Amino acid sequence: MTDDLLTDRSPSGGQPAGDLLLDVRDLRVSFPTADAEGGSVTAVDGLSLSLARGRSLGLVGESGSGKSTAAFALLGMHRGTGAEVTGTVRVAGTDVNAASDEELRRLRGNRVAMVFQDPLSALDPFWSVGDQIAEVYRLHTGASRRAARARAVEVLDRVGIPDAARRAGAHPHEFSGGMRQRALIAMALACEPDVLVADEPTTALDVTVQAQILDLLHDLREETGMGLLLVTHDLGVVAGATDEVLVMQGGRAVEHGGTEDVLRAPGRPYTRQLVEAVPRLEARRTPVPVGDDVLLRVEDLHRHYPAPRGSGGERAPGLGRLLGRRPQHRAVDGVTLDVRRGETLGVVGESGSGKTTLGRMMVRLLEPTSGRILLDGRDISRDGERALRPVRRDLQMVFQDPVSSLNPRRSVGDSVAEPLLAGGADAAAARSEVRDLLERVGLPASWYDRYPHEFSGGQRQRVGIARALAVRPRLIVCDEPVSALDVSTQAQVVGLLGDLQREFGLTLVFIAHDLAVVRQVSDRVAVMRQGQVVEWGDADRVYESPQHPYTRRLLAAVPVLDPAEAASRRRARRALLALDRSADGAEPAAVA
Amino acid sequence: MSETATVLDTATAAGAAEPRRRGRVWQRLRRNRAAMAALAVVALLVLFALAAPLLSALEGQDPTTFHSDLVDSATGGVPTGSFGGVSADHWLGVEPGNGRDVFARLAHGARVSLGVAVGATLVQVALGTLVGLAAGLGNRLADTVLSRAMDLVIAFPELVFAIALMAIVPEGFPRPVLLMLVIGVLGWGAPARVVRAQVLSLRGLDYVAAARLGGSGRWRVARREILPGLAAPVITFALLRLPVNVASEAGLSFLGVGVRPPSSSWGQMLSTATTWYETDPTYVLLPAGLLFVTVLAFTVLGDGLRTALDPRAASRLRAGTRRGNAAPRRAASAARPGAGVPAAAADAATPPRTED
Repeated sequence: MTDDLLTDRSPSGGQPAGDLLLDVRDLRVSFPTADAEGGSVTAVDGLSLSLARGRSLGLVGESGSGKSTAAFALLGMHRGTGAEVTGTVRVAGTDVNAASDEELRRLRGNRVAMVFQDPLSALDPFWSVGDQIAEVYRLHTGASRRAARARAVEVLDRVGIPDAARRAGAHPHEFSGGMRQRALIAMALACEPDVLVADEPTTALDVTVQAQILDLLHDLREETGMGLLLVTHDLGVVAGATDEVLVMQGGRAVEHGGTEDVLRAPGRPYTRQLVEAVPRLEARRTPVPVGDDVLLRVEDLHRHYPAPRGSGGERAPGLGRLLGRRPQHRAVDGVTLDVRRGETLGVVGESGSGKTTLGRMMVRLLEPTSGRILLDGRDISRDGERALRPVRRDLQMVFQDPVSSLNPRRSVGDSVAEPLLAGGADAAAARSEVRDLLERVGLPASWYDRYPHEFSGGQRQRVGIARALAVRPRLIVCDEPVSALDVSTQAQVVGLLGDLQREFGLTLVFIAHDLAVVRQVSDRVAVMRQGQVVEWGDADRVYESPQHPYTRRLLAAVPVLDPAEAASRRRARRALLALDRSADGAEPAAVA
Repeated sequence: MSETATVLDTATAAGAAEPRRRGRVWQRLRRNRAAMAALAVVALLVLFALAAPLLSALEGQDPTTFHSDLVDSATGGVPTGSFGGVSADHWLGVEPGNGRDVFARLAHGARVSLGVAVGATLVQVALGTLVGLAAGLGNRLADTVLSRAMDLVIAFPELVFAIALMAIVPEGFPRPVLLMLVIGVLGWGAPARVVRAQVLSLRGLDYVAAARLGGSGRWRVARREILPGLAAPVITFALLRLPVNVASEAGLSFLGVGVRPPSSSWGQMLSTATTWYETDPTYVLLPAGLLFVTVLAFTVLGDGLRTALDPRAASRLRAGTRRGNAAPRRAASAARPGAGVPAAAADAATPPRTED
């Protein structure tokens, strides 16, 4: 099993094949590219893996490494597509590649079930969650409607949906992201499968919810003895959730072994790179000398939106209600912060905490409902577009979504040059300056005329940074600049931001949901929850002695690389959760 | 780094050879066989219309002369001879009733039909884009007022209004121009809605926010970031709208408020043909067939152009994952062997490392 391309220290290497739930030998998946040469792209190239009852295996790799393609092959989901699959895939004794369609149908759901990354698109918006689960159960067991319904409630309860009997009648949009993922897991559990394949099950979720889902998967495995194959790009997720890890690169397995061995002492340079790229909570930032000179200050900042009809929200006061005024949703609810010249202020919070709204108000893309924004002591919170002209160049932003942040119809060079041209620079000068900027952010100047779709996510983010730098701003608000990127790309982009900050004397506001990344870059940190800053102070102080219970809960939820540490954190989370339950009941409500 | 370097070299070479944007759109369009066929058909139709006097002179006929000797007065005017009286003199036969030459009338009718349709479409799209842009970019009041105006125009009983308009305009006004204006002015509601919706969705994108942060004023943002994004939907809409306008013209002509005899249009011919379809099917099939071909050609062309205008769709074409064309793959994607599934290939590119 061990060849020179694979470092294998797997504890289950010598197991007899009969006990294996999953047994994959020399799996190859290739997709024809239908070009003139009749070529093809090999996504999975000679992958072998096995999984015994009650064990868990993490399939780790960067995007494009073929890990999802491999996971799909386990359920025979390449059948009927153009993909070419060779090798043997045995799931609970059935040869997936040789099985008939009917056998395959029975295998799926019954013996092996899958949980997908995006819990919203994996659920049908038209049917209630309970009905969807019952349907799966009925299909496979032929149970009566009533029995299936009862089973749905049972599994929903099992995955920790409070008041499952009532919530089973709810539709997916009425569930929060974490509850949807629970519902998907419940659906997968309905037929008591032997193997659960989870494809990035927590990537779309907040860190506290991620921890809950991972804990749930862990508990379920202990109780039911099912095997778990966890596909993820995040080594931190693997550390707490699996016994073994298989690292993939370019369609091949490069390292396989016990989670602890691989993470503690990676045998391969590639694995080592991956492990090193994971941002660590305990990594302190080299302090940057910062004066007390305040560049930007926000005071009691509010931004309210009319709440969607039918959602609870806060009721408008008596007279307003008579006048038909809609209740208000307070996206940002009284935030006071200051940003000192030359520092990095980290803003962390979960989705819906108002951190993006705050960032957009800081650069005045949004007008606050009330409150003040002082740039060098001058209030810009009420300025119109014309009055903002002179300060526009001082305040820039790097956006989260590498896809929508660049105009797909303009070359990246033109996009970066736009602010220069708008400022009246002549075309030739702008062009040469943009070429310099592109090189400065690590892109070749010759890519000026290329279009965004020819770039990877990390490269696009570099373009976005170059565009923000073009006008020599004083403050850049980075709104989740790395959350859409692979871990190793993340590290590069974060490094780049640090370098640029030093070189240009920039002040940064770094908004992210990832506490470890924020720790790496920030001098001071503000923790946001439901539109308010619950804790604010020096990064070291906030991370090492958090004062607010919410900060503590966030920190406890961060995945760590050390499996032993991960286990002790799981216990700590349980204790915290028990405390919470007794304090305020259910988990946080759905956020739009 | 060495792999990155190779990618760069080939990419630069390809980049230098790549012509300007307009040229690229044309190149992409050229690879789409269906669109090229449609373009050829459209070109033929336009040529047919432009060369109408020339063609009928070549045939030796004109569109207005009656040939009562070629129709059978006993049956009420069915052309003598097979297929509506096809002969060496009358290539496509003669009109039942009056015996005017069908080929000459079709050719001259093409001028009216296509001309009115193209003109009306231009008016609709120009007005629609203007109003849609203003509604999408303006403040809430402007948006409300203009959106209600769009509703009004769309809900308007077009036909009744058109008939009224056509009836009160003095005889001397050239009918085709009048038709064009009436159809155009009554039909800008739909394009305005399409444009407004597109503007609203583009306006919310981060790159528009980035342009604002870069100091671009409202007009600069509209011109440089939003208008290019409108090109594809507007052009597609226009090409799909064109055949509808051909039909509108036909309808109005049928009701007697459009083109007046002796000048002809396809719609008018089709309308008169309704009384003859049992005895002289050829006379129905010819204008109907032309209309069908026109609609199909413009639709296919519109679809092809929309794809060609979208650089992302173009790269799918190039990589050959969607259509089986023999387009050369881009150096960048070719230089990444074995990198993931095609869809993920874009993300798989290793970004060049920073030198620090």
